[in-house]
Amino acid sequence: MTLFERSAHELQESLHKGEVTIADLTNEAFARIEALDGNVQSFLALNKEQATAQAAELDIVPFEERGPLFGMPIGVKDNIVTEGLETTCASKILEGFIPIYDATVVKKLREAGMVTVGKLNMDEFAMGSSNENSYYKVTKNPWNLEHVPGGSSGASAASVAAGEVPFSLGSDTGGSIRQPAAYCGVVGMKPTYGRVSRSGLVAFASSLDQIGPITRNVRDNALLLEAISGVDENDSTSANVPVPNYAAALNGDIKGLRIAVPKEFLGEGVGEAARQSVLDALEVLKGLGATVEEVSLPHSKYALAAYYILSSSEASSNLSRFDGIRYGFRAEGVKNLMELYKETRAQGFGDEVKRRIMLGTYSLSAGTYDAYYKKAQQVRTLIKEDYDKVFEDFDVIIGPTTPTPAFKIGENVNDPLTMYANDILTIPINLAGVPAISIPCGFENDLPLGLQIIGKHFDEETIYRTAYAYEQATDFHKKTPQIWEVK
Amino acid sequence: MNFETIIGLEVHVELKTESKIFSSSPNHFGAEPNTNTSVIDLGYPGVLPVLNKNVVDFAMRAALALNMEIEQETKFDRKNYFYPDNPKAYQISQFDKPIGKNGWIEIEVDGYKKRIGITRLHMEEDAGKLTHGDGYSLVDFNRQGTPLVEIVSEPDIRTPNEAYAYLEKLKSIIQYSGVSDVRMEEGSLRCDANISLRPYGQEKFGTKAELKNLNSFNFVRKGLEHEEVRQAEVLRAGGEIEQETRRFDEKTGKTILMRVKEGADDYRYFPEPDLVRLSIDDEWLERVKASIPELPDARKVRYESELGLTAYDAAVLVINKEISDFFDATVSAGADAKLAANWLMGDVSAYLNAEQKELKDTALTPENLAGMIKLISDGTISSKIAKKVFTELVVNGGEAGKIVKEKGLVQISDPAVILGFVTEVLDNDPKSVEDYKAGKDRAIKAMLGQIMKASKGQANPQLTNQILLEEIAKR
Amino acid sequence: MAKLTKEEVKHVAHLARLAITEEEAEKFAEQLGKITDFAEQLNELDTTNVEPTTHVLPLVNVLREDVAGQGLAREKMMLNVKEQEAGQVKVPSILD
Repeated sequence: MTLFERSAHELQESLHKGEVTIADLTNEAFARIEALDGNVQSFLALNKEQATAQAAELDIVPFEERGPLFGMPIGVKDNIVTEGLETTCASKILEGFIPIYDATVVKKLREAGMVTVGKLNMDEFAMGSSNENSYYKVTKNPWNLEHVPGGSSGASAASVAAGEVPFSLGSDTGGSIRQPAAYCGVVGMKPTYGRVSRSGLVAFASSLDQIGPITRNVRDNALLLEAISGVDENDSTSANVPVPNYAAALNGDIKGLRIAVPKEFLGEGVGEAARQSVLDALEVLKGLGATVEEVSLPHSKYALAAYYILSSSEASSNLSRFDGIRYGFRAEGVKNLMELYKETRAQGFGDEVKRRIMLGTYSLSAGTYDAYYKKAQQVRTLIKEDYDKVFEDFDVIIGPTTPTPAFKIGENVNDPLTMYANDILTIPINLAGVPAISIPCGFENDLPLGLQIIGKHFDEETIYRTAYAYEQATDFHKKTPQIWEVK
Repeated sequence: MNFETIIGLEVHVELKTESKIFSSSPNHFGAEPNTNTSVIDLGYPGVLPVLNKNVVDFAMRAALALNMEIEQETKFDRKNYFYPDNPKAYQISQFDKPIGKNGWIEIEVDGYKKRIGITRLHMEEDAGKLTHGDGYSLVDFNRQGTPLVEIVSEPDIRTPNEAYAYLEKLKSIIQYSGVSDVRMEEGSLRCDANISLRPYGQEKFGTKAELKNLNSFNFVRKGLEHEEVRQAEVLRAGGEIEQETRRFDEKTGKTILMRVKEGADDYRYFPEPDLVRLSIDDEWLERVKASIPELPDARKVRYESELGLTAYDAAVLVINKEISDFFDATVSAGADAKLAANWLMGDVSAYLNAEQKELKDTALTPENLAGMIKLISDGTISSKIAKKVFTELVVNGGEAGKIVKEKGLVQISDPAVILGFVTEVLDNDPKSVEDYKAGKDRAIKAMLGQIMKASKGQANPQLTNQILLEEIAKR
Repeated sequence: MAKLTKEEVKHVAHLARLAITEEEAEKFAEQLGKITDFAEQLNELDTTNVEPTTHVLPLVNVLREDVAGQGLAREKMMLNVKEQEAGQVKVPSILD
């Protein structure tokens, strides 16, 4: 049993009643991490001393000054910079790097009174969908330690699924929050591009990256998104759109909701269990008063290719700053500057990162720019228009988050294309910039499956309303992995 | 064979905003190394650029002053290359949509006027500064993120003199537009030159060399002159010019090969995803247009038509905005325009050159200069005496009238007193009188000199001359 | 589009400042070749007159006022620097 079975609302009640203190919650996180992380391998760095001190300070703040997330422990993906706390992006090239500023979301967590307990493993620079691309450790799926937790925010999902922390932040460039959330049976939201500031998020692909919340239930997720959202003067691409009180929309009422189901999302390659779980979910939603219609997103099949070119191109440029000069790893024994660059980067980056840097560099080269980069940007326009068109007539789009549950560790590593195929349901969403959530909707061989609900730009509210109605009508979110009971 | 020289110039100008182009670090020259930086300038992981509004205003102002069209729908791009002074390994610049295009300026050189086209003006960030040691280099990131505009000329320039005139005019216009200090010695104006030769009559351009390390306009001219000769020699000997970068050596006055370019550099430009589009509406454009002060050409016309200066004087006065502004203020304070112009171009300039100073470093003000000139105009002091007053004003300041009184420098215009000096000189120097009468005009100068000396320079020159001639005639 | 040659891969690695062995060049040539082959499918689409998307949101003119703050303290900016001298960051000599 753990305190983290309770929702934020229930924990606030316990705090109010004096049953627990914020120090207890922080201690619980560190105790759970100590007990479980030898198996799950989620955390790269712990913030024990500071978190303990912060908890003591928070405990004396009067209740009337506290918000709904006050005192809640949270884990932060290691590509979000935390001043004074090592931030590596799970790469050797940032080994020992101590940021000298806080990401905007980290400031917002502090303003909300949340306690950052540590930094979470990921695929190196968020490139991957299994967490096997970490330089430091391979995070395990709490539901079955032989399986991957997904990626790149694998440990963000695994730590919440294992009950090490009730909240975490991940980042999503092509599915990196939703896919691990689905694999680990938790709730993960990729907000609208521009909803959450990217300032302090170490960039993978600037035009696709978004930070988002991972939690065990929809309401907590809505609370955390509200806490981290909003326009930021440090991010020109953050949108000046008011942030609603998402939790207030959670009334279970979805009568008249118009749901679109793209035929491309339930086609070839989607496993039977995943397909059935989505069809079942649609029945549940119909029963709650929604209407369901099949639609088409005809350019979906091109999303993956466009994504690989665009994200790798941006990454090749974004990752050029890691040169061994101002911070991070620096190769020893070099003769001159050119060697310093080449050796630092060759030794500091893993293979997957190098592959993408190379692909991106190639795509942006003078002779190939038009055929690759520009073409991919044009295809991106077509994909976005697919979504715009469907959203003229529908409120949400629904499909599976992944075609199958989590695969086994080591299963996919050798063939990049197979691994990339896992992203096919999630990638177009980033290209279109729309928000999408993954919530638990079933199991296959005792491994969770995720339902993906996609909304219009800046309409996370409708997504949450739908997700909450579904969650209230089902039990999937109440299940916990066996490992949960350890200790 | 005779060749035609084709020159194109790329000029970088630092904009004098308060803060940097994409961060709020101070944009000041001369700070201690690495004390004017921010995480954004240093390219820390996770940082994002946010565009300084004044940079856009300044760039537009400069572009408009150079008769350019403004690209109202524009954007920034990344130019990717690794170098220790380039922390992100990309420079945020503008590639295919520069904010200014199709401009021109008119130059006047060796007695002819010519229009030089300006292809483009774009905004970008400056890099840090490298100092090279033995086996290592040191990087100071203070300059990283300083806003720049790069101004690229058409290949319209045909001689090193035209290049010099173009730079002088460009500098003057930018200075007038108020967006930069344009100080080459501080690096706020920098110039690279492209030069190629082709046989007269040939349409196709020859292979060009790029000249770097041109630290003054004079060096630009000298470097181009040397390169003209070098390339002609290579071509006449049947050789070929390689596309290369050459450095001007200040000591020898020659250009030295830095590196041969192999094909085009691959900078992998692409639109900067961390910044959003710029959309400049007509209102914004008009507001910037209205903010452009009087430019040198307009001022020159005004000096000729309203103040009656000669074309030459007007042209010289407007080159340097500080001097020209000072001139305007001096005239406003009541000085005669021609006298003010003469003083500024003569004694004032000479003093500044000799002392290596700028006007603002002296005690001279438009008011006290005007005061002195008024004393000359009304005959209170002679031009000669004025030089003494000027020396006092420029070093210690003060008021001309007061200085004249305190030092007893008032001009002697009493004929009786002057006659005394004249008589004394004529009595003591009969030889000069004889010489003069024998037709040696120079003798009169000698006598005048003696009289001025005797009167400590205070005798009214016109009156003295008149009385002297009268007295000689009597002898 | 033709498959990437080993030489092309080496050139790209140089542009990206990545030291690369012969075996790696071969491996990357094959893997990148697969990905670029896959990317070829984009050519099935006619994108004449389709505007490229750099930003999904129609944001324009996000600008900050020209107000200067404080520069970073030198010791803070040097915190992660491996080698320094006289307040500057030290790098090996630059040989082209």
